[in-house]
Amino acid sequence: MPDLSIDFCGIKSPNPFWLASAPPANSGYQVQKAFEQGWGGAVWKTIGAPVLNVCNRYGTMDYKGSKIIGLNNVELISDRPIELNLKEMAEAKRNFPHHAIVASIMVESKKEAWQEIVKRTEQTGIDGFELNFGCPHGMSERGMGSAMGQVPEYTRMVTEWVMEVATKPVIVKLTPNVTDIVLPARAALLGGASGLSLINTINSVMGVDLDTFELQPNVGGKGGHGGYAGPAVKPIALHLLSAVAADPDILNSRLPISGMGGVETWRDAVEFMLLGATSVQVCTAVMHWGFRIVEDMIEGMSNWMEEKGFETCNDFIGKSLPRVSNFGDFDLGFQSVARINHDKCIQCNLCYIACNDAAHQCIDLKSLQITDEAKERLWPVVREEDCVGCDLCSRVCPVDDCITMVEIDTGRPHITWNELVKSKPEVLEWEEMEAYRETANIHIH
Amino acid sequence: MAEHYKPTKYKAWELTLEERFQEVYPPFSQRDAVLEANRCLYCHDAPCMVACPTGIDIPTFIRKIATGNVKGSAKTILESNLMGATCARVCPVQVLCEGDCVLHADEKPIAIGRLQRYATDYANEKGIRFFKAGQPNGKKVAVVGGGPAGLSCGGELAKLGFAVTIYEKKVWAGGLSTYGIVVFREPVEVSLAEVKMIEELGVTIRNGIEIGKDLTFEELLAENDAIFVSIGLGNVPEMEIPGEDLDGVHDGLDFVEETKTEALNTIKFGKRVCVVGAGNTAIDCATIARRLGAERVTMIYRRSEAEMPAYHFEYEFALKEGVSFMFLTQPVEILGKDGKVHGVKCVRMDLGQPDASGRRRPVHVPDSEFVVPCDMLIKAIGQVKPEGVISMLTPFGIETEKGYIKVDEHNRTAHSKIFAGGDCIRSHGEASTVMAVQDGKIAAASMAEQLVGVARPLAEAVSKR
Repeated sequence: MPDLSIDFCGIKSPNPFWLASAPPANSGYQVQKAFEQGWGGAVWKTIGAPVLNVCNRYGTMDYKGSKIIGLNNVELISDRPIELNLKEMAEAKRNFPHHAIVASIMVESKKEAWQEIVKRTEQTGIDGFELNFGCPHGMSERGMGSAMGQVPEYTRMVTEWVMEVATKPVIVKLTPNVTDIVLPARAALLGGASGLSLINTINSVMGVDLDTFELQPNVGGKGGHGGYAGPAVKPIALHLLSAVAADPDILNSRLPISGMGGVETWRDAVEFMLLGATSVQVCTAVMHWGFRIVEDMIEGMSNWMEEKGFETCNDFIGKSLPRVSNFGDFDLGFQSVARINHDKCIQCNLCYIACNDAAHQCIDLKSLQITDEAKERLWPVVREEDCVGCDLCSRVCPVDDCITMVEIDTGRPHITWNELVKSKPEVLEWEEMEAYRETANIHIH
Repeated sequence: MAEHYKPTKYKAWELTLEERFQEVYPPFSQRDAVLEANRCLYCHDAPCMVACPTGIDIPTFIRKIATGNVKGSAKTILESNLMGATCARVCPVQVLCEGDCVLHADEKPIAIGRLQRYATDYANEKGIRFFKAGQPNGKKVAVVGGGPAGLSCGGELAKLGFAVTIYEKKVWAGGLSTYGIVVFREPVEVSLAEVKMIEELGVTIRNGIEIGKDLTFEELLAENDAIFVSIGLGNVPEMEIPGEDLDGVHDGLDFVEETKTEALNTIKFGKRVCVVGAGNTAIDCATIARRLGAERVTMIYRRSEAEMPAYHFEYEFALKEGVSFMFLTQPVEILGKDGKVHGVKCVRMDLGQPDASGRRRPVHVPDSEFVVPCDMLIKAIGQVKPEGVISMLTPFGIETEKGYIKVDEHNRTAHSKIFAGGDCIRSHGEASTVMAVQDGKIAAASMAEQLVGVARPLAEAVSKR
């Protein structure tokens, strides 16, 4: 059995699956129950500034019969007394000494306030801190949460305050609600953070009721932005994770990253880890299904590691990072065309209409019958010489492995855009570009 | 136990008589419908649509269910088929739209029939009307026979501005939808709601009027610009064996009709029932008898399983209902005691050389006589052709084909003012409601072309609105 344990800047955990700082990690009861069921760690629901909550707190994106592919919330940080939270943290740590308990904290932008809560919380014996610079609703309007995370200078300043007094590792949690997430990530690094975590939730309005015209979530007839999470945000999270993890400054610092944003299964977790996450945090999936999902996460990841020959998580953490690249560095000579397997094709002809209406009109509907006995439905057939290799057809095809994108050699030079404009800056003019296309065997009509 | 918890009763003897005659398939809940609709791939140029004789734009109506536009969904259906609620229940979807669904081969086809029922029931329950009578064009049409073909033709003509009168010999219009489809496939109310919708388009329906008795084709021709003949077929023919007049021998169609028009607890049925024939009506009779409470129901058919005319899914349904089958068995005499059916004498059959229909001809096995005891015998061996009405039409030059009224592809007869459709023209192909509905549409478009000069495609387009 592969070893799933991780060491996250000194925070040890039997596996990389942590509860995110959120409602499932609101109390000692919940955290200990989660540990019993297999979760490796928990980032306690943020404690700090005094708050009052509202009803209703959630809005969901449901899609074609699937509930909660996205979840939005306007719940604030913990509204339970700090003393109670600290007492339960200590108790949970005592009962589960080998599990990771990270205290998420957030107070007003005062040095004394931050340093005081760090000192108070450390006495519970928890393993580390997560600084909540990401909450995009309620707290941000009061100058906390994402209001801090959106200004790199603040991020660095508060991180420095905390590092002055903290004896345990400190993770800075980043908000996705910025133009370039690398800047606050570097600020946290400069502030002395021991690790990073991302993403916090994304600003969102979930929907409008067509009968009442109310927003969702609906707080007594009014609504506003809330934090969006769940499976739907995973691609955004993966992008931001890869941007931070592949940043040379972060990469060289070897700062560990706790990844989150739409992690629901072991497969999601593996993807986050391949892009550089050392641990993953989960909230929405637990809110939907309960703690029990972790059993499959552990088993699924173990099976996958075994199959791939990985003995520890470090064997594959960051394995896909070298592939993170930019458009300007892609190979312009890589050419693929769609091939339709007519043995598998069920003739829904969705590829045809997608190509015809929304792509490059290179799939025809043709009769493939040999005799004229039966009136046969037409088949989609790719005109390979015209196929631009966009891949839309295989994306809409409902049958597995029916349409495959096959690499072909067209004799085009293997050159990147950056290389091309460096060696032939004249291609930035259309006329020269067309001349270049002729020589490169690129014909677009 | 929570109050809302209602265990599913699946054993026949746990159900009341009324429950046993509810529709076999319960209606889709909204969630069921949306989930099923979302399974649809929304094929381009979908084969289900091509397979539908009335050309309903199936992917579009299903997508509309998925988006919550159920009203629009019903409109899409009814634009192509005014009898959409009936067809949703009685269409042999397994051999039409669902049979051609691209998901058929690898997984389950989309439940198109049940989705169509969901949408049309929605519109019906909400009393939504999508169509209105067209601007009057001064032309009059008489429709003889108020079944699906006649109603469809009348409705489409009314949308085009024709003044239409339907003459129906029975108390209610709707034809087999009202009288001949077993009630647990289609409740009477569904058919009558369609009749009401046609009447609300301005079509006059005169019930209890029989052609040849209450009025003649001469009169109709004198008063109308065109006639649509949609008289269907007749009763079950004689088996031409001794004992057919015994008490306890029933016509299959009459038996089905009783369940549609009489209180269920007043319908007489036997303890041991024999049904002769193996078509869809025969299956209906057998399953009705079972659901009424008959202990043993045996279907007797002279050919084998492979030749039986009933749809395979109907055969499976009958097996599930506990009906037993005696294949390669032919009744030769109905036995009686005190004037009542007591049993049926049969002989074993063997399959010989193929006959004109291409099916192997059943031949008697010598000395194989035996008696099947029964106290009720239902014959369901097809329907007689409407010879009486056809003989009234022959003086007008109407031709026949295998005993059916002969029409061209536009449902025109040899007489320029007489059109025909429905089961009475079905000299080849399978008689079905959906084909009858399409016949009505075709005839309406032909009349519009002939009488008011609307080009056929235009007439079809207008009638689609």
